[in-house]
Amino acid sequence: MLTGRHWANVNTGIGARIQRKEDRRLLNGQARFVGDLRFPRQWEAAFVRSPVAHGRIVRIVKPEMPPNRVFTSDDLSDVLPIRAESSLPTYKVSDQNPLAKDKVRFVGECIAICIAPTRAEAEDIAESVGVEIEPLPPLVDARAAMEAGAASVHESWGDNLFLTTEFDGDIETARAAAAIVVKREYDTARQCMVPMEGKGTLAMWDERSDQIVVYTSTQVPHLIRTGIAQCLQMDQGRVRVIAPEVGGGFGYKCVLQPEEITVSWAAKATGRPIRWTEDRREHLVAGANTRQHHYRVTAYADANGRILGLDAEIIVDVGAYSVWPFTACLEAAQAGGNLPGPYALDAYRCKTYSVATNKPPFTPYRGVARPGVCFAMELTIDAIARAAGREPSAVRKDNLVAADQMPYTNVTGKFYDSGDYRQGVIEAEEAIDLHGFRPRQRAAAAEGRFLGIGFSCFTEQSAHGTKVFSAWGLPLVPGYEQAMVKITPSGSVEVRSGNHSFGQGLETTLAQVASEWLTIDTDSISVTMGDTGVTPYSTGAYASRGMVMAGGAVSKAAEVLAKRVKIHAAHLLQCQPEDVHLDGGRAVHRGGSVSFAEIARAWYLRPDQLPDDVDTAGLEVTEGYRPDIDTGVFTYATHSAIVEVDVETGLVKIEDYAIFEDCGRRVNPMVLEGQAYGGAAQGIGTALFEEVLYDRNGQPMTSTLADYILPGPTELPTFQLRHKETLSPYTRHGIKGIGEGAAIAPGGAIVNAINDALRLLGAELTEIPATPEKVLAAVIAAERTSGTKE
Amino acid sequence: MKPVGFDHTVPETLDAAIDALGAGGEVKLLGGGQSLGPMLNLRLARPERLVDIGRIDDLRSTAATDEYIEIGAGVTHAEIEDGAVPDPIPGMLPYVASGIAYRAVRNRGTLGGSLCHADPAADWISVMTALDARIVTAASDGGREIDMFTFVPGAYRTNLAPGEVVRAVRVPRFSEGAVWGYYKTCRKTGEFASAIGVFVADPAKAYCRVVFGAAAGRPLVSPTLARSIAETGRAPDLAALERELEALEPALSEVKARQLAVALRRAVSGAIG
Ligand SMILES: Cc1cc2nc3c(=O)[nH]c(=O)nc-3n(C[C@H](O)[C@H](O)[C@H](O)COP(=O)(O)OP(=O)(O)OC[C@H]3O[C@@H](n4cnc5c(N)ncnc54)[C@H](O)[C@@H]3O)c2cc1C
Repeated sequence: MLTGRHWANVNTGIGARIQRKEDRRLLNGQARFVGDLRFPRQWEAAFVRSPVAHGRIVRIVKPEMPPNRVFTSDDLSDVLPIRAESSLPTYKVSDQNPLAKDKVRFVGECIAICIAPTRAEAEDIAESVGVEIEPLPPLVDARAAMEAGAASVHESWGDNLFLTTEFDGDIETARAAAAIVVKREYDTARQCMVPMEGKGTLAMWDERSDQIVVYTSTQVPHLIRTGIAQCLQMDQGRVRVIAPEVGGGFGYKCVLQPEEITVSWAAKATGRPIRWTEDRREHLVAGANTRQHHYRVTAYADANGRILGLDAEIIVDVGAYSVWPFTACLEAAQAGGNLPGPYALDAYRCKTYSVATNKPPFTPYRGVARPGVCFAMELTIDAIARAAGREPSAVRKDNLVAADQMPYTNVTGKFYDSGDYRQGVIEAEEAIDLHGFRPRQRAAAAEGRFLGIGFSCFTEQSAHGTKVFSAWGLPLVPGYEQAMVKITPSGSVEVRSGNHSFGQGLETTLAQVASEWLTIDTDSISVTMGDTGVTPYSTGAYASRGMVMAGGAVSKAAEVLAKRVKIHAAHLLQCQPEDVHLDGGRAVHRGGSVSFAEIARAWYLRPDQLPDDVDTAGLEVTEGYRPDIDTGVFTYATHSAIVEVDVETGLVKIEDYAIFEDCGRRVNPMVLEGQAYGGAAQGIGTALFEEVLYDRNGQPMTSTLADYILPGPTELPTFQLRHKETLSPYTRHGIKGIGEGAAIAPGGAIVNAINDALRLLGAELTEIPATPEKVLAAVIAAERTSGTKE
Repeated sequence: MKPVGFDHTVPETLDAAIDALGAGGEVKLLGGGQSLGPMLNLRLARPERLVDIGRIDDLRSTAATDEYIEIGAGVTHAEIEDGAVPDPIPGMLPYVASGIAYRAVRNRGTLGGSLCHADPAADWISVMTALDARIVTAASDGGREIDMFTFVPGAYRTNLAPGEVVRAVRVPRFSEGAVWGYYKTCRKTGEFASAIGVFVADPAKAYCRVVFGAAAGRPLVSPTLARSIAETGRAPDLAALERELEALEPALSEVKARQLAVALRRAVSGAIG
């Protein structure tokens, strides 16, 4: 492998801290998102959405004029519902019609599509559609939906359970031996993912290719192609999906959305390009689809806080339908499997319930289930530490899987491939200065100021493949990832991947992987993604798989291409391919060298310079890749926070925040830092701000950004970052995935810090977001018990 | 989130604006558009015509007498923040203005628009109540002066008559020894308040007023607390403030009452130590 300086001073390979290729257009406002596209005869769409959480559709009355502007499920009679099958036992299938049929099951569900030359006119038409709905009792609370006699979201089921799962370990021994028993209930709020660019879809029929061409803001263009073809009952060859610039996805854009199907149908039916651009309100109402968990946890530990066993029940409020392809159950299946996290415990019992309610369908969000389980587990560790009278980070270190146990198969069968988890805590302790903090905390307390410190650890399974996804019973299982790498006639390089970049820098990092093998500067490498018409199949960007999988595929293809370049060069240099090496975009043999441009010219334009028996495979390579193991490779991290709680206002200020993470080989350290900052910012949103609230009737009360509060730059601390590179033995270049990680831990770190601060008052929080109101409520409750007040 | 179609006129004079208001159909005045804009987009406001009053000099001017400062309704938060308006009570108006939203909103949002929108969590309705300001209106029959209690009968309501425009806000001049305290609790830069406390005292004029803002409806004024602070010269403790809030507005939750009590206590201690 080539590292260090090369012939023309090219140093843009793996590990180089280079600026992102995509930033020029993004920062200059020249990127083209779905909202920027404009085609001749294009019209805009607006949806009539359900105003009630649960009801039976009695009648839909279209306005008489103008005609052919409103379409309902009756018009879409040849369209199949979204149906995500799963092979998991007890799983129940839901059919989601792209436009509601018979029943509506959440506020914001699409009922009709209206089209007009402008969005405002389309909204006018939408207002004039008469919808008569007979209300049914709304199911707004997952626990209430589990009770006997509750109304049914899906009548044919008999109950409201999409799925129950169970790890039935023996915890009796742990219970009998425990000196410490900690019992808690935890809640995490429902959230929206709020990518900067909302969802958008523009579809049109292209006569020349005889295809429906769908521009859509998605992380998974090839999957959407499959999904649209299935629902519209078309051959996949008649569907092309193009994801143009995508302004953030986070999981929101990794499932087939009903609007994508309806807009495609409407374009096909009317022969016009039709575009729908999601607005913020639509997102905050119909996209309120993630994170809501409830936990009951009992932990058994010895007197030192060493965990002997864990008994848990997890309820996930998954909303009305099962999303395709990840289903309503990925969340709970992951939650049950990931609750023990990086800790080496032997006895574990956990039941999970995926409960149908009258809310938007649950969709996996950055971190999938782990922000919830990490929060529950990390608060539990702190509670144990308090009971044991020990420093929480010390209790963590005692319980984490030790480096000499690696590789380690944990109690739920997760195969932890490598790393030193305890060292991670030590690094975080140093970064946040735990030892200097305690005296400072005491001094502040003497002045009536409440400081606290909190830690949070997790492992992040990344690039998990076939076995894992098939064990989750999903209808669609990722396997191999392919990529194409070629040398153009002028000697530059083209990379094509069916994966997609929606802000995470893949365009740059894939180029760096190609640069590593081909030794040419990333400025001369162009990367094309997201267009099913021109890229190899990929299941797309999710599960922190892009760098490992697409990076691995590009690496493999580039390696093969490098070999071919050497063979062609050997002809021109009159030597053996083994004697050629690549350096700075040239093939070098002793004193002589030829440039890629010369090699490409010979192949494409002057084949007369090459012998007759030249390898006709040429300078274009498509290769497939899968890591040596497909159970995923695990990054791990420890976050630590110091907060000051204003116990009078309930406001929490993050004074310091340190992140230690080990993600294997860093392809571009700067991109990685960006992922850590962005993820941690989202995690702080989860920890302190973001919360979708409903009234008793299932009406969302947080439908604008004045009510759904996101952290802004002034609410975020300066993050300290520390990295370590433990290479995965199982992937190309030792890369592990990192895309989701930093969003996982802030809830645990921050609320542990708040609880550490509130300890003097005897107050404890067990839910996120820790809004000022919840902090104050906890303080007031503690005042009442202790009978103290200023 | 696109507004219903509307006509748009931009009169150059106050009289023309009043005429346009009275021309029939549902008409709305457009100040900075920072509250009306979202209302239009959400289709909560559906006027047939918008009368943009941003070009009317009358509304953008300031006048000063010995008794009061009169600030045009169209003066922006940013102009107040930058000190373009004479000070009726040293430093208070710029301080309050600087804490409203963020600069982009302050550049457009106006004093008159904010008062007319009458959002309970907005800054100016509480502050103008504490300063005993008076609203000066213009209408085809002349206009009037309205005290703040009458002007804001409840959340998002004013007692403006149809066809009536807020021309200016008249803020009394305070003595040199006057003190003020303002405390706004909010979760995030640029957000509306979750609690506001305002305290103004002018011993020379025997004036003392305390206001709780961002409660449920209009600002809550407590003469009892004002009297006790004037007498003792000390900020009341939280328990006393919470008791008073219970009397003023029994429907407040415990948490909300705490937030308001803390904001007021901090406003008072900020002013008198
Ligand atoms: C993101 C954001 C954050 C904000 N944060 C805060 C905050 O922290 N504190 C705060 O106080 N405010 C806040 N605001 C509101 C802001 O201060 C607005 O500027 C203000 O409420 C309205 O002023 P405007 O000039 O924009 O009025 P407009 O939006 O134009 O009008 C508001 C209403 O007043 C009427 N109106 C306007 N002028 C007159 C007049 N002269 N006579 C009669 N009627 C009139 C209009 O018809 C309309 O009904 C925020 C706004 C935004 C967008």
